[in-house]
Amino acid sequence: MLEIEIDGKALQVEEGSTVIEAAHKAGTYIPHFCYHKKLSIAANCRMCLVQVEKAPKPLPACATPVTNGMKVFTHSEMAVKAQKGVMEFLLINHPLDCPICDQGGECQLQDLSVGYGASGARFQEEKRVVLNKNLGPLVSTDMTRCINCTRCIRFTQEIAGYMEMGQAFRGDRAEVMPFVEKTVDSEISGNIIDLCPVGALTSKPFRFSARSWELSRRKSVAPHDGLGSNLIVQTKLDRVMRVLPLENEDINECWLSDKDRYSYEGLNSTERLTKPMVKQGGKWQEAEWNVALDYVAHALRDVAKTHGAAAVGALVSPHATLEEMALAGKLVRGIGSDNIDFRLRQSDFSLDGKRSGAPWLGMKIAEINQLDRVLLVGSFLRKEQPLLAQRLRQAARRGSKINVIHAADEDLLVKLAAKAIVPPSQLPALLAQVVKAASELKQQACDLTVAVSAPAKAIAASLVEGSNAGILLGNFAEQHPQAGTLQVLAQQLARVLGAKCGVLGAAANSVGGYVAKALPQADGLNAARLVAEPRRAYVLLNVEPELDCADPRAALAAVKAADTVVVLSPFKSAAALEYADVMLPVSPFTETSGSFVSTEGRVQSFQAVAKPLGETRPGWKVLRVLGTLLELDGFGYESSEDVRNEILGGTPEFVAGLDNGAAATASPAAAAGALERVADVPLYFADALVRRAPSLQKTKDAAVPAARMNAVTLAKLGIAAGDPVRVKQGDGAAVLAAQLDAALPDGCVRVAAAHAATANLGAMFGQITVERA
Amino acid sequence: MAIIDAINATLTAGWKGDAGWNLKEYEARGGYQSLKRILTGDKLTPDQVIAEVKLSVLRGRGGAGFPTGLKWSFMPKAAPVKYLVCNTDEGEPGTFKDRDLLAYDPHSVIEGMIIAGYAVGAVAGYNYIHGEIFELYERFEAALAEARAAGYLGQNILGSGFNFDLFAHHGWGAYICGEESALLESIEGKKGQPRYKPPFPASVGLYGKPTTINNTETFAAVPLVFRMGGQAYLELGKPNNGGSKLFSVSGHVNKPGNYEVPLGTPFAKLLEMAGGMRNGRKLKGVIPGGSSSPVIPADMIMDCTMDYDSIAKAGSMLGSGAVIVMDETVCMVQALERLSWFYYEESCGQCTPCREGTGWLYKIIHRIEHGEGRPEDLDLLLELGGNIAGRTICALGDAAVMPIQGMLKHFRSEFEYHIEHKKCLVPREVQKAGSTFHTRMMAGAAC
Amino acid sequence: MLSQESLSRIDREIAKYPADQKQSACMAALRIAQEEKGWLAKEAIEDVAAVLEMAPMAVYEVATFYNMYDLHPVGTYKLTVCTNLPCQLSGGVHAADYLKQKLGIDFNQTTADGKFTLKEGECMGACGDAPVVIVNNVRLKSFMTPEAIDKLLAECK
Ligand SMILES: Cc1cc2nc3c(=O)[nH]c(=O)nc-3n(C[C@H](O)[C@H](O)[C@H](O)COP(=O)(O)O)c2cc1C
Ligand code: SF4
Ligand code: FES
Repeated sequence: MLEIEIDGKALQVEEGSTVIEAAHKAGTYIPHFCYHKKLSIAANCRMCLVQVEKAPKPLPACATPVTNGMKVFTHSEMAVKAQKGVMEFLLINHPLDCPICDQGGECQLQDLSVGYGASGARFQEEKRVVLNKNLGPLVSTDMTRCINCTRCIRFTQEIAGYMEMGQAFRGDRAEVMPFVEKTVDSEISGNIIDLCPVGALTSKPFRFSARSWELSRRKSVAPHDGLGSNLIVQTKLDRVMRVLPLENEDINECWLSDKDRYSYEGLNSTERLTKPMVKQGGKWQEAEWNVALDYVAHALRDVAKTHGAAAVGALVSPHATLEEMALAGKLVRGIGSDNIDFRLRQSDFSLDGKRSGAPWLGMKIAEINQLDRVLLVGSFLRKEQPLLAQRLRQAARRGSKINVIHAADEDLLVKLAAKAIVPPSQLPALLAQVVKAASELKQQACDLTVAVSAPAKAIAASLVEGSNAGILLGNFAEQHPQAGTLQVLAQQLARVLGAKCGVLGAAANSVGGYVAKALPQADGLNAARLVAEPRRAYVLLNVEPELDCADPRAALAAVKAADTVVVLSPFKSAAALEYADVMLPVSPFTETSGSFVSTEGRVQSFQAVAKPLGETRPGWKVLRVLGTLLELDGFGYESSEDVRNEILGGTPEFVAGLDNGAAATASPAAAAGALERVADVPLYFADALVRRAPSLQKTKDAAVPAARMNAVTLAKLGIAAGDPVRVKQGDGAAVLAAQLDAALPDGCVRVAAAHAATANLGAMFGQITVERA
Repeated sequence: MAIIDAINATLTAGWKGDAGWNLKEYEARGGYQSLKRILTGDKLTPDQVIAEVKLSVLRGRGGAGFPTGLKWSFMPKAAPVKYLVCNTDEGEPGTFKDRDLLAYDPHSVIEGMIIAGYAVGAVAGYNYIHGEIFELYERFEAALAEARAAGYLGQNILGSGFNFDLFAHHGWGAYICGEESALLESIEGKKGQPRYKPPFPASVGLYGKPTTINNTETFAAVPLVFRMGGQAYLELGKPNNGGSKLFSVSGHVNKPGNYEVPLGTPFAKLLEMAGGMRNGRKLKGVIPGGSSSPVIPADMIMDCTMDYDSIAKAGSMLGSGAVIVMDETVCMVQALERLSWFYYEESCGQCTPCREGTGWLYKIIHRIEHGEGRPEDLDLLLELGGNIAGRTICALGDAAVMPIQGMLKHFRSEFEYHIEHKKCLVPREVQKAGSTFHTRMMAGAAC
Repeated sequence: MLSQESLSRIDREIAKYPADQKQSACMAALRIAQEEKGWLAKEAIEDVAAVLEMAPMAVYEVATFYNMYDLHPVGTYKLTVCTNLPCQLSGGVHAADYLKQKLGIDFNQTTADGKFTLKEGECMGACGDAPVVIVNNVRLKSFMTPEAIDKLLAECK
């Protein structure tokens, strides 16, 4: 600890901190633009100049390390003169367009110019003009306003992992821009808007739609990936206008993925269902809530009576709230069925009944940064959990060695220590090899009988060197037909290494689903069987089976064939209009209270930030009324908090019962097929809300799926990149464009799931055929 | 070939122009003897080498005049990987000495670098060569090939067990890369934007490793220090100003060129060596140390001797030893306008005061030169200068301001005249007469 | 794509630097690409980026920072005249004026036949030789007189 003085105030600061950090800790604000606590120090704006005793010149507080006994003056004549001088220089070429600038009211330059700017401009020359750049559908530019602080550039390099922005030219011709005609395509690109201290980079979807001071700011939690990023949702007249990150160092830090930032556009989709609807004689009719609910209660009771309660099944979205999931479970079980599941894209349920607890990240999110060795198994991480990928990048910057086992050589924008890229069917065997190799290196017994390949050996060698290793199973591994085996092997490896082991969890409530018991507890059917063994009646909570299920084709067929399909959703889709019998408008996350349990087991409850649209009602309330109408016990909740407290036994910060262990042994088996499908769930197709966010749908990540193969596979099939091809799985087929993808192993075809263009295909894994169309 | 002359030639002794740059010629004039003495003859330790350089009080020839031996002693001993860098990015207007050094005596720079590499424990060195003199980059590569073939570079140099290799890296048109940390960025394959210091290159330099950077002339003087002995080298110059120095004399003299004189030589003597004032015109002022040093008016400079202290006393800097001589045909407003344009053009663009300020300064001076000056402009220039100098990452900010301060200190009335009369004190025709090219052009037109 | 010859020249530059510092060859690689292609189009910059495993934007920063890279087509002969103060004192500006008049173009323009481009340069470190002209970035011509300029232009075929 060092003793220093800032403006006469004595304080103790840690060695290695800078003057600006010390000052901010002491509550003394030092004006700054280029400095940002998460980015490297540039010291280029010079706004933070302060006086330091014995220094002849003012020093930049952001770049000056504290020394013992240092005396800093942030408001002395020297300091203020320097700061004012810098402010004048910043303003000379800055346009005077605050009245039409989207940043108005939340602009650091505007704020500081009030304190440090001069009243009359001494600069009477012509101002510089900088042409705008097209950064893509999410970020809008007014580059004349840019003050060259380079925060956005440093963000793309250091946090997003790829230098998409740079500063071209020099002197006052310097321009912050992407490479010629390139857009910014990072999945976390929107953060540059927050980082930009002026109005040079603003939100394209939000542009000109509201002034910052007209907006109400409410806290919420992101409903997409397992991270549970904290949000500030800004509304105007009960319409969500913008979403910003709420800083939480343990979760999203100060960042937000583009998905979490822009999916709000889907809330205002024209597909919003605003009134209950009932299909009568093949025709859809709007109905009053009580009529619709009566209809549902009758229908469910009828099916149960005629065909037995097991004829009723429920599919629940893993993005539903904890409370909705719990009440859906209670409802189904109240009727007498155990047929409910939220694990819609999972295909292997072999560990059901053998698990020691709910699968989870196996560590705190923030602990990822500390890992010194990482093995990532089966994950399109940047697209599954953009901010976790960012954390791995930070770990790597600090020297952590990252290893990968996957079916696609996805660029994580981080240097890898070792990797093994194999067809999906080979993943379990490969992981087994790593277990074997690591056991040998650690001189531990291992009963796996596999021959260890060179990549497996390299991965094991990297892992055993660590003292704080982590093994992470991605969504792809969880969706894998041998997901159970992969998990058991990962656990085994973790024991050998003394490492942490976790499952990333695809959705906002992937852990919450277990906690809420939205899955079979006894003899009920799991998600796969609910599709494979069609039910007479389905309750679909926020689910679009034709896009959300592991086998969308079978799922669609199942609901189409059912007598009664009850849809609870904020949206109506063309598909649902066909298969559903009743559609009940339930609130999206912004219009209801509820909770998500994140991948680290953290319970995060939130309130509605806007009034429900039209006659929309919160899902938990709808389910409560249904329970009552069905004369089931225990539906007398006053609030969603009541529901939550019942599930969690109070309001713990983290849920109990998290455990990745399973009483099972691994038996890696490879069913080698001719051509194997590699299916990813593209970032912006993953759930019903994001699918309806127009700006995200314009990004590169939302491109129509292609049939991607490496050069060898293409050649073997006699297909050229760009050719239209017919892709077939069983009876299902889709015509897609063939695309060269060097990141795939031989004999694999990458065809994205969760998209209308591929919904007619079968399961996400397994054999697939490709022929010229 | 520019004119090269010397009083008591040491550094330039034996130069034979383009014919004498190669290894054979260099060895014939005693080249690589110092290296042999250090590595295989007297077997000096690195510490002994540094001590000798300290004794010589060889001060850096790149501009700041920092004692070279002291700089070398800052390199951390234990670091396994260290680098050495030579700064031949000579771009300070008025300076052209390093060019001649590379043209006529590249091996002296190579020998100096090997000795320095040995002293600081570097694994490799790079010479960063100004892009505009690309032919000399090629020549330097040829010289390196000769040195490598002769066993002066590479593994186990002269059988001493010392390993060191040297490479050439070229600039491509950016004055700022003469600033040492910008130069390092540039070698790293980035744009040349100076780094914030501390940390200094001696602790975090090239590729993040401890690095010593010296000017070309500094390295070229090192073999000399060992050939003559540190004490003798020091005595060549003045106390605290060891050795002789190359002065690049340009502008209105009859014989522009490089002149090697002992530090402390009177300016008048230097002017005389340079053939005196062109066409016998009257001296108006001298920029004594490259374009960023403040101008010294005629009467003052005639009393100066050419060394760090005397020039500093006159309110300027010896800098890189670039002496720009201006006669009475010069309009100081126009001269300053051109220099201000230079700094505006060359600002790297990262610091707000420099990026925005250099342009503003230029625009004001440009207005004055073009008859649109305002009375308050001169004070504004000084005040803006005060808001730039000392507020930036590198010294380019200061460099842009100093010429203005110098001009306004000594030639303010000429600026005031410009503002008031919207034209120059020195008539255009007189200004043109100062240019030899113009005179010849007119002469050509006449016949 | 860059020619095989350019690629092997770039490889020789890469060899000067530590194995994990390929990027250091960026300036040389851009020069070599410019020599081959005449100027640096977007594709040339992307090629260099691919060879050196850099982000194209990082290469673009370099290409736009240094004056001697041409980001637009130039004539067969690019003539750069130093007009900085020391040169100006010995006629640098007048030499440039003479060139402008001879070629009928201004700075940053190219003659209609695509043969000459005229550029204004900053200090070339050759002030004692003023006026100086650099031909195609690499050949520095000293002590330019009207006659010498005439001769130079005549030599440029
Ligand atoms: C804007 C600027 C330009 C510079 N240009 C040069 C240069 O062209 N050559 C040079 O040797 N040093 C130049 N320097 C000084 C270098 O930063 C550095 O101090 C010098 O190379 C050290 O060598 P020395 O100790 O041998 O003098 C420049 C400094 C600044 C701030
Ligand atoms: S002072 Fe100017 S040249 Fe130096 S780092 Fe700052 S902006 Fe760049
Ligand atoms: S905040 Fe310190 S220089 Fe910008």
